[in-house]
Amino acid sequence: MIANFGYGVLVITFLITLYSVFAAVYGERRQIPALVESARRAMLLTWPMLSLTSAVLIYLLVNNHYEVEFVYQVTSRSMPMYLKITAWWGGQAGSILFWSWLMAAFASLVTLRKWDRDREFLPWVIVVACITMAFFIGMNVFFENPFAQFYQTFDGIASYTLKPADSVLFTPPDGNGLNPLLRHPGMIIHPPMLYLGFVSFVIPYAFAMAALITGRTDDRWIRLTRRWTLWAWLFLSFGLVLGGRWAYDVLGWGGYWGWDAVEVAAFNPWLIGTAFLHSVMIQEKRGMFKQWNMILIIFTYCTVIYGTFVTRSGLLSSVHSFAQSPIGPVFLGYVGLTFISSVALLIYRWDKLKSENQLTSLLSREALFLLNNLLFLAIFVICFWGMNYSWISELITGQTATMGPPYYERAVTPLFGTLLLLMGVAPLSAWGHSTLQTLGRALWKPAAGAVIITVLLYFTYTQKPGALLGFFMIAFVLLVTIYEYWRGADARQRSQSENIFTAFWNLTGRNRRRYGGYIIHISMMLMAIGILGIEIFQVETQGTLEQGQSLSVGNYELTFRDIAQWDDAPSGVNYRRAVLDVYQDGKYLGQLAPRIDYYYESQQNMTIPGQRATMKDDLYVLLVDWEPVAASGATFKVYINPLVNWLWLGSFLFLAGISIAAWPEKEAERVAVRVRTGVPQKQTSAAD
Amino acid sequence: MQINKFVIGGVLILAAVVVLIWTSTTQSAEYFYTIDELNAKGVGAVDRSMRVSGAVIGDSIQYDAQTLTLSFEVAHVPADNLAIESEGGLAEVLHQAVLDPSRTRIKVVYQGPKPDLLRNEAQAIMTGRLGPDGVFHAEELLLKCPTRYEEAVPEQAG
Repeated sequence: MIANFGYGVLVITFLITLYSVFAAVYGERRQIPALVESARRAMLLTWPMLSLTSAVLIYLLVNNHYEVEFVYQVTSRSMPMYLKITAWWGGQAGSILFWSWLMAAFASLVTLRKWDRDREFLPWVIVVACITMAFFIGMNVFFENPFAQFYQTFDGIASYTLKPADSVLFTPPDGNGLNPLLRHPGMIIHPPMLYLGFVSFVIPYAFAMAALITGRTDDRWIRLTRRWTLWAWLFLSFGLVLGGRWAYDVLGWGGYWGWDAVEVAAFNPWLIGTAFLHSVMIQEKRGMFKQWNMILIIFTYCTVIYGTFVTRSGLLSSVHSFAQSPIGPVFLGYVGLTFISSVALLIYRWDKLKSENQLTSLLSREALFLLNNLLFLAIFVICFWGMNYSWISELITGQTATMGPPYYERAVTPLFGTLLLLMGVAPLSAWGHSTLQTLGRALWKPAAGAVIITVLLYFTYTQKPGALLGFFMIAFVLLVTIYEYWRGADARQRSQSENIFTAFWNLTGRNRRRYGGYIIHISMMLMAIGILGIEIFQVETQGTLEQGQSLSVGNYELTFRDIAQWDDAPSGVNYRRAVLDVYQDGKYLGQLAPRIDYYYESQQNMTIPGQRATMKDDLYVLLVDWEPVAASGATFKVYINPLVNWLWLGSFLFLAGISIAAWPEKEAERVAVRVRTGVPQKQTSAAD
Repeated sequence: MQINKFVIGGVLILAAVVVLIWTSTTQSAEYFYTIDELNAKGVGAVDRSMRVSGAVIGDSIQYDAQTLTLSFEVAHVPADNLAIESEGGLAEVLHQAVLDPSRTRIKVVYQGPKPDLLRNEAQAIMTGRLGPDGVFHAEELLLKCPTRYEEAVPEQAG
């Protein structure tokens, strides 16, 4: 009964979003403000409605209503309460609902702001947000109903939205439960973070479309959504990092990123979003790249929708399985339609988006930004091609082929290398015009410092050319960025007579985006150190040990001490836990305890590594095999992942950097005006 | 003049990216074969990295814990999802493949720890090369057991 109620609310919400779209369009065309206002209020209603639907779903999940198919699929009696709640996004139907719910929240937040100056955008933002919502809610209503229940008819048991004639409700005694691999904190927060990122990108897209439709194509839409873009980027980045950490802790292959199609699907919007984030600055500062920014935001939106579905539609495993589920073609149709209509709008307004300045110098800041954009776009094209190659090759050659990590590593590495170098050069190049001489004067000191560091590393750490090249570039970018930061703080220290820490603090506070950006660049370098470490220096070994025997890897020695096995009845898990003594150069460091957890309910193993993390390296030990009856000992796999913790450290700094850049500032608009008047050829329309 | 250098730069970048994608694709694409297809290719398939999937024959699994050498046989299963569905789902297809002695089988050798999921009627997805001896030398071994979970989870490494 309550499930039917939830479904009913969902259907009504679907109708509300449709009403909102029509009222907004009609009210705008016929100039009836009351109707637009009605559309806005209708849209504000979606969030409470979807919250109610979600509350119903959570109620069903928490109270073991296994007659509901979705509840049956994602929960079981043995699961703790928090996992039952988070099972909301543990399966297809629920995660679509979760998506709509977030979308409604963001759309409401946007419409609650003051619209005095931007009245003309309002109806179109409502239209785009509500079409997106209607699409997702419609998915739930027509194809993936989270409230479908099991009914027993003469033909057997199946799930139905509405009770079929002559049927009895069927309630299984227990549910399937959540895959134990997914019962990790990283994996519980990972999907909502990605979704938050995905959904926040819809807002800038909605404003971009509103700008195109109304013809108000100055940089107002960019200013209004700048913060949304940054928050979107923050969430998406955080989601990706969490996914990597989860893979490192749970999947047991000693890595964090496998270029799996699912990962690449979430990486694509990040790549385009990053390019967008950079190039909007050029539009704000120089009034250039307007058409380009539109293209980027359209791509971001489409990759967001594509990424949400493609991994679940079956397209990536086979063209045939894709056609089987109705979801695939429907969403592909939606992506295609939005893409075509957005591009049509863009072409319609193409002339209004003419650049106010010309690119003149190849080394100017704007040219380097353009190069940055092209590189991100190139990486995106490579990823998109690799991710979709399975069905492309199936269509063309009839033979499925997949792209593994070697493809991505080969194709993407030189581009990321160039990006890295660019990160060092671009902040020092001037707007408008820059020559090799001016750049050289600014760059020689950091470059010389980087050479010295590289030479030191050559004698103390590694002689591998690839690694040295990488370290050189990292050192170069770090020095440039820190030097830039320091120069600003130093000038401030003198002019404002502040001490150096206050100067740093105020400098960052005054120009959050710039210095937040520098912090992000620094964090990227820390992450690059970690990636370089694990890619180039990873050492692995494996061996079967009897108790008391040792295995040495690098300068570590591991002695197998003990192993035990026991059952934990309430959670239905069998633990096998080995204990090893760790020595480094003969010195005792402590113990590691890798585990295998066996889940009876799902007959599935989960391999928990024993980790010893330092900034120098990570010792990562897996218990791969041990049978209590066979006396042959236990098998271990050991990785040394040098420098990998710089990756996690960098991730934290990265998030801090984005937060600084995205943090709301009260006086933002006023400051922007002041800065703007200093720029020659200023753009009058945007200086508001 | 101004425009030219940007056009040239853009074309160069575009060309570089096309070359990168093209060479990486031709070098790294791993074609997916069924056991039957592999058998039909015979010597032509020798020494080219590829992915092969088959049903694990439980009785054939042999593991030498000292040398970490694992060997087992896999039987042909269709790759086409429609065919799999029409035969009653993956679990049923794997079951039939193992029971049916007339199916094509090949021997697989793998160096490394024995994966948790390696058991009778599991689906093995192997990346590696077919040796001249007709034995498939797997460098990477992924195992899928027909799962009751809806969620697609990346395979655990073997």
